This record gives sequence, C-alpha cells and structure tokens, in this order.
Amino acid sequence: MGLMIHAKDLVYEYIRRDKEENVVDIATAINKVNVDVEAGQFIVILGHNGSGKSTFAKHINGILTPSEGSLWVDGKKTNDMEKLWEIRQSAGMVFQNPDNQFVANLVEEDVGFGPENLGVEPAEIWDRVEESLSAVEMLPFRKKSPNRLSGGQKQRVAIAGIMAMRPKCIILDEPTAMLDPQGRKEVMYTIQKLNKVEGMTVVLITHYMDEVVYADKVFVMDHGSVVMEGTPREIFAQVDELKKYHLDVPQVTELAYELRKEGIPMPEAVLTIEEFMNAFENLKTKF
Amino acid sequence: MSIIIDHLSYKYKDVVEEDNYALRDINLKIEDGEFVGLIGHTGSGKSTLMQHLNGLEKATEGTIYYNGKDIYDKDYDMRRLREKVGLVFQYPEYQLFETTIFKDISFGPKNLGLPQLEVDLRSYEAMRDVGLSEELIDVSPFTLSGGQKRRVAIAGVLAMKPEVLILDEPTAGLDPEGREEILHLVKNLHEERKCTIILVSHSMEDMADYVQRLIVMHEGRVVLDGNKRDVFAHEEELRMLGLAVPQVTSLMNQLKKRGYTITNDILTIEEAKEELLRIIGKSI
Repeated sequence: MGLMIHAKDLVYEYIRRDKEENVVDIATAINKVNVDVEAGQFIVILGHNGSGKSTFAKHINGILTPSEGSLWVDGKKTNDMEKLWEIRQSAGMVFQNPDNQFVANLVEEDVGFGPENLGVEPAEIWDRVEESLSAVEMLPFRKKSPNRLSGGQKQRVAIAGIMAMRPKCIILDEPTAMLDPQGRKEVMYTIQKLNKVEGMTVVLITHYMDEVVYADKVFVMDHGSVVMEGTPREIFAQVDELKKYHLDVPQVTELAYELRKEGIPMPEAVLTIEEFMNAFENLKTKF
Repeated sequence: MSIIIDHLSYKYKDVVEEDNYALRDINLKIEDGEFVGLIGHTGSGKSTLMQHLNGLEKATEGTIYYNGKDIYDKDYDMRRLREKVGLVFQYPEYQLFETTIFKDISFGPKNLGLPQLEVDLRSYEAMRDVGLSEELIDVSPFTLSGGQKRRVAIAGVLAMKPEVLILDEPTAGLDPEGREEILHLVKNLHEERKCTIILVSHSMEDMADYVQRLIVMHEGRVVLDGNKRDVFAHEEELRMLGLAVPQVTSLMNQLKKRGYTITNDILTIEEAKEELLRIIGKSI
C-alpha cells in the first residue's frame, strides 16, 4: 500500500482576461491544499457549491493542473505533460450528468470505447467489457441503447466504462445528484463494491451526507481550503462546525445531537438508524 | 377555481410496442391554493403529467378541466393556459439565453404582447420576489452561480403571473444551502402570491418539510394520494416503489416495532425530538 494521491500545497487560480489578454480577475479556487489518499481507501470530499471540491477532483486525472504546488497520482506528477495519458489511465472520472457521458449506441460499445482508445486488443476488450458490466450488474443490458436506461443504470454503465480501462483509482463527481432514491441506492452499492471487492481507490464528491457514512476518511472543503479532515464519526461529531460550512448531517445524527443538548446521554456521533436504536435502547440501563 | 384531471391517459406514438402508456387513467382534483408534492421514481410519469397541465402534451384519452373549462375544447385559449399554469423545468438554468438577466425575465411577458411598461413592471416584481438584487439587472445570467441562475429562470415564469406554479425538481444538483433557499422561495410564493404549487422532488425530507398533500405515482398511475402524514405512513409500500420516507420517520417506525409507544406520525427532527423526550421522561 502506498499513496495513490498526494497533494502538496496545491493552489489553483482561475484567471479571467479581457480581449487584450490583460488579467482582469484572479479567483483562487484551491488554496494550499494538502491531501493524502492511500491506495485502496474510500475517500469523500464534502463542501457546498463553489467550495473547490470539483476543481480539486479535476486535478486528480489531469483535466486541470496546479497553478502552484504539486499533485502526484500513483507516483506520477500531474503537470508532467508526458505522463498525462498514464495519469488518465490510473484515475478515471465519472461526472454528475449521466446523459453527457455516452458516445456509443449500445451499452457494450460504450463500455469498450475507453479500452479501445488505449489500444487494447479486441479479444481483451470484450473480456473487459463483460467483466466490468458484470461488476456493476448491468450485463443483461449489454445490447441495449444507453438512452433507454434509468438514471441509476446509466451511471452504473458510466462506471463500467471507467472500470474497463482498469484504473487504480476512480473519482466520482456528485454521481447521484440527478438520481431518484432507487438510483442513488444502486450507484452507492456499486461504488462500495468497487472499493471493497475490486480494491479500487475511490474518491467520491458529494453533498449527500448519508453517502459519507461508507467512507474511510472525509475531507471538508470551504473557500478552496480543507477545513475538516477525519473519519465520518469524527466529522459528524461536529454538527455545529458542519453547519457553519453550510452542510447537513444525516437526520439521525442531528436528532441524537439535539437529544444530547437536552442532557440525554446519547453517544457523540450516531451515523445510522441501527446505531441510533441501539444507543436509545442502552439509555434504559442509564435511567 | 381548480384543476380537475379526468380519466387522463397518454399513450406513446411511433413505438413498436403496443400498450405503451406513460399515463394510465389519472383522476385528480387540485384545489386553488394547495401546496402539492409529487413523487415517483424516474419514468413513473410525473413529468409527463406536469406537461399535460399546461398543454405541452395532449392526452390520448380523458381530459383536464382548468377552472371549470375543458382545455381540449376547440375554442379553448391554450396560450392563456400556458400563461396561467407556469412550468419550471428541471435544470431551468440551461434555458437561459438572453444577454442580461432583465431581458431573460422579460421574455415571457413580452411574448404575451403586453405594453412595455407592464412588461418592465412585472419583470421587476418577479426579480424582487425571487430575491435577486436590482444591481443585477444588466448582468449576464451566465456569470451567476447555479442557485442564482435558477432564480432567474423561476422569475421568468413568475413574470407571466401564473396562478399555478409547477416546479420539476427545482433543487436537483444544489447544495444544502441552495436547496433551502429555493424551497423557502417557493414557500413564500405560495403564501404571498397565493400561487397553487405543485412540487416534484426526489427528496422526501423536503416533502416532509414543505408540502401539505402528497401524490405518489408509479408506472403511469396515481398509487397514493393524501395528506403527507397519511402517505408517509405507508413506509413499506413506498419502499417497494423504489421510494422512501424521511430518515427520522423510518427510525420512529422501527422504534415502534421494538415496542415503544409512539403516538404520532413523525416527519421532522423537531417532532421526533419531542416524542423521544416524552418517552424518556415517562421512563424516568
């Protein structure tokens, strides 16, 4: 196990220029961010819109390169243009809108598009297509048009398309933002499986707090900086702090927190319904 | 004043499959001034139904009465219907196109053929009502944040002075703060402009906090309809339809199963807190 992602004092500035190329405005989207992600970890990056989390994500597979500081992905520095293809192969990205990510008429062709571009042998491509589609449980849909799938199914195909390129790391930028509850459940299950079964490093960007529960580690971003860092339990113990950054906590977490404020000895960070119930039953012994 | 949907069905044309209905025998009455939530998983027919309400789609069977008049009558003024039933689409910010915010908002009323003064007045009002500052009048809508762009799109619909406002997932893709802002805005429009509101959303928590009545759709049919508390009492059925109840509601239901006497149907954190404090108080 080594470091999959290593960001050191990463700075990214959006520079706006007028017609004469004079700089009119500099906005710092990322300000001296230090993030380390170990291989095989499941990481969540939280933050409200405009906090810099998507800009950071776009650095991980080299869509953007740092204005200052450095970022290494699987040991490769992202501002080394010669390494760009290798970096894109190490880290694949899934975006928010499932409809904008399809290139082919059939699900299987779409999944095969990535490895084909990498110059993989045809026989090997089909093996990978089959393997990836089975992993996301979409193999029965291989001959279907992507347009006829549900939102959750589309995102799972998009994930399979990334998997077929065999990256070590997958970055998902709000993959469930446009999905209904069923679709969200499907995608979250797929992402967990990717991490636990396939051993892939996962970086999930979201503002749904219930998706954070599965993470090994959480980073909270605000105004381009990492302002909180820890396990989900450590993060969710700080309800007031999270609210300061305009983030929500799961309802059961907030409920436990509210009860604590009333002097009821509930534990500090309750993450799930199950935990809440057990903690609540234990109260009986304390009264 | 009401909307009556009477045995409405909609069958897709140009498809090989027979019996391919997007809507099947929908019967609903929505009263003036109601705040209605509409839920259902993707493909359940929610958006298709909403598009019928302002005449964008035409039913293959059945009809809709708007304020007592059949909208499919030959001499019914469809333009007037589109003015009175405002529809805010999903991701409406993608439909902004003008060079300034004010022009974008005025586009609708201008198309109604109103005098310029009336157009300007309505656009100002709409801007104010969605909470956009006057300083933004000449700004390009494309320089705004996602949440602000969405306000511009909503203002454009408001400037038509609709009696009914339909919002198709107005909070999708926004962060918690942006979500709260838009929902507060919708609530104010309901209270101050007295609009009838139909809100389509995937967030059960938002539904629990804001709407009065909740309609559930599945495979083109209305499967549940009633006060939100009564509808959320059907946790199992909602789950089977790929939907959910608010997390606290689910928690309280499970505590109930473990033998706690929970007297009310709980929908919010505040309610759950009171109920649990009452239970703890008793057992001391």
